[in-house]
Amino acid sequence: MRPRVSACDITCQLPTGRRKRGAAVRGAAVRGAQRRGAKVPKGMASCAGIIGEHCPGHGKVPAVYRYDDIDAELVAERVTQFRDQTRRFLAGALTEDEFRPLRLRNGLYIQRHAPMLRVAIPYGLLSSRQLRALASIARRYDRGYGHFTTRQNIQYNWPRLELVPDILEELARVEMHAIQTSGNCIRNTTSDHLAGVAPDELEDPRPWCEIIRQWSTFHPEFTYLPRKFKIAVTGAERDRAASLVHDIGVHLVRGADGEAGFTIFAGGGLGRTPIIGQVVREFLPRRHLLSYLEAILRIYNREGRRDNIHKARIKILVRALGIEEFRRRVEEEWEQLRDGPLTLGNAEIERMGTFFEPPAYRALADHDPTEGRETAFRAWYRYNTTAHKVPGYRAVFVSLKKPDVAPGDMTDAQMELVADLADRFSFGELRVTHTQNLLLADVEQGSAHALWRALEGAGLATPNIGTLTDMICCPGLDFCSLANAGSIEIAKLINERFDDYDYLYDLGELEVKMSGCMNACGHHHVGHIGILGVDKGGEEWYQITIGGAAGNDASLGTVIGPSVPKAGVAETIDRLLAVYVEEREPEERFLDTVRRLGVKPFKERVYAAPAAA
Amino acid sequence: MPRQLLLDGAIVNDPWRTPAELEAIALEGAALGAEARGAEARGAAALAAATLAAPGAEPADSGAPLMLTFAQWSTQRDRWSAHRGLLGVILAPADPVEALVPDLPRFALLGAEFPGPGEGRGYTQGRLLRERWYFEGELRARGYVRQDQLFLLARCGFNSFELPESELEVGRIALATFSAAYQPANDSGLRRALRHRS
Repeated sequence: MRPRVSACDITCQLPTGRRKRGAAVRGAAVRGAQRRGAKVPKGMASCAGIIGEHCPGHGKVPAVYRYDDIDAELVAERVTQFRDQTRRFLAGALTEDEFRPLRLRNGLYIQRHAPMLRVAIPYGLLSSRQLRALASIARRYDRGYGHFTTRQNIQYNWPRLELVPDILEELARVEMHAIQTSGNCIRNTTSDHLAGVAPDELEDPRPWCEIIRQWSTFHPEFTYLPRKFKIAVTGAERDRAASLVHDIGVHLVRGADGEAGFTIFAGGGLGRTPIIGQVVREFLPRRHLLSYLEAILRIYNREGRRDNIHKARIKILVRALGIEEFRRRVEEEWEQLRDGPLTLGNAEIERMGTFFEPPAYRALADHDPTEGRETAFRAWYRYNTTAHKVPGYRAVFVSLKKPDVAPGDMTDAQMELVADLADRFSFGELRVTHTQNLLLADVEQGSAHALWRALEGAGLATPNIGTLTDMICCPGLDFCSLANAGSIEIAKLINERFDDYDYLYDLGELEVKMSGCMNACGHHHVGHIGILGVDKGGEEWYQITIGGAAGNDASLGTVIGPSVPKAGVAETIDRLLAVYVEEREPEERFLDTVRRLGVKPFKERVYAAPAAA
Repeated sequence: MPRQLLLDGAIVNDPWRTPAELEAIALEGAALGAEARGAEARGAAALAAATLAAPGAEPADSGAPLMLTFAQWSTQRDRWSAHRGLLGVILAPADPVEALVPDLPRFALLGAEFPGPGEGRGYTQGRLLRERWYFEGELRARGYVRQDQLFLLARCGFNSFELPESELEVGRIALATFSAAYQPANDSGLRRALRHRS
């Protein structure tokens, strides 16, 4: 692959003298860059200003997957194919019914106001260059913003149908696409946003995500499944990818003798019938990953229901057969596939690993950068940064949960700013979290204050990560043609009600998740507090659940009682939290208090008297 | 005008007939025969009648390639086995591929029916027939088959496509939509080799 050459916009952090002496670090960076297909310039010390994000001299080659000629060709051919399909539709040669499955497989919906285009961000990983391209598309084809989703993707709500092929072409230039972001096929594989940097990580899930991305892209057999299919991969002790509410959850584990492999879960999902996934195979040696996935998909493609859209997900099949029978069928199919052409060789596994090698970290010691700093910075540092496995570094959340902004929304200017900050502070790489924030994964603790200032100035430093106002929220009635009720307005009302940060911090870890309809894009079933929009005689009402969770201890929330009107949602949450504050034991989270006490005391308080809205 | 389809990348006349089509030919031939007793009509009618001969009846050596549904095949297996010409079976989406396996050498054509744009079970049926049971005859896609599905179908081993007449030409081009693939499959329906990842 020929590397793209562009002007370098990274200011080198290291003085020339040190760079000359730092041959070992540089050598590692060069080898990493070469493996990623980047061109290494002659005279490493003089690289500044020459080759942009590939610049190995900086040790800032973003640890994202790089396309080779096969990737580039496939994506280009897909753009050509979709351009032709769009042309045929606009010319009347394809009916809407015929065009629908084709456009959906390219992420294009026809929505309330305009088409909506969902662009894939594989396992949430982006280079700064890619984020700049997303910003540019937002500015030129949309109304200057984009919406980050729980599948770590981005959606544009106002593109023009006839220009979508042009957008896809622009995405292809930065190695991006909208392939399989909708439709009844295998969707974007999601993962832990702290992949590669989490202290509790056993193994980096990203190479496996990329292996799955490639296997599932244009899979000839599984492009017309009974329903959509979502896979999540996690390699840490703590499941931050909600893998148990996915069609397949893949956990990186070690076998009894230390062999690397996976535990495979299946049959989880949200939507109308929320179900927690179950173990299909306790241990699968790593070379067999794809043949095992293929076996599961084949059983699902053959036997999943196609007569009723609401009963077509794999979770319904697993439930109908029972996990034992489902497992028996998968294993029987797998016996035919194992050790076949899908078997992964060590060379291919290692090749994928080279794309995600650690950047050239500096040898630093942990320290507390908040000492002597202002209170606002201290709060931000405490809530919006998290531990890093390398001493001296933190992972930093870019909060997209400012009170007066729709959760997950970001303007073009904000995207460009964060791209610049990623270059300055985090090796030119960033991630989208499934909680609809961005993350700069590799920030030196000593840079935290400068980074905070820059984010603060752009409204991206709301110090609320992991708190009540860090809500997950679907676009709701404001944009989505499926929704029963608005979500963004509710997020706003909750933000207005709970604007006291001392109280928010006192409430501690709290996950509020909201969906505008039963399809559960906002994951309300697995929110500590879940809010579901329902239509009641043409009015927007909200059903409240408590006690849901999406992690290792995944559970579904319990409905507390009759739904409440829009004006009563914030009051209801207030009452739920009042019970918690009264009843909690030291260090107990809201979720744990609900689990200990059950729904009853919460329910009694909420419905004790009419909500004074 | 005879029905045309795309076979191995070429537009050809379709020699295969269903029992209903043969019956129609037989009836037509009989009617024509009553009027004109033309040799051609008599021949077609005889061929059709012989092909549809009931069990026990002496089958004539008709030679007409006969394409059955799986339901027809499985309920009157002996009757159709006696057919002297080529035999083919088209599977509906829920039909079990495995049930054809004991008789595989008897079939010159197998296929999958696609009732609508969202149907996907035929893709698995195709791959199983080619990759697990090594079926080497004509593998046909019937029903809702359009240019946009061809590349995927071909990668599942299909080499015969009943396209709408207006899409026969573009269908040939659609078989070359992509020049590479990420995953191993059965590419016997494509005329050229795809590049794969190692």
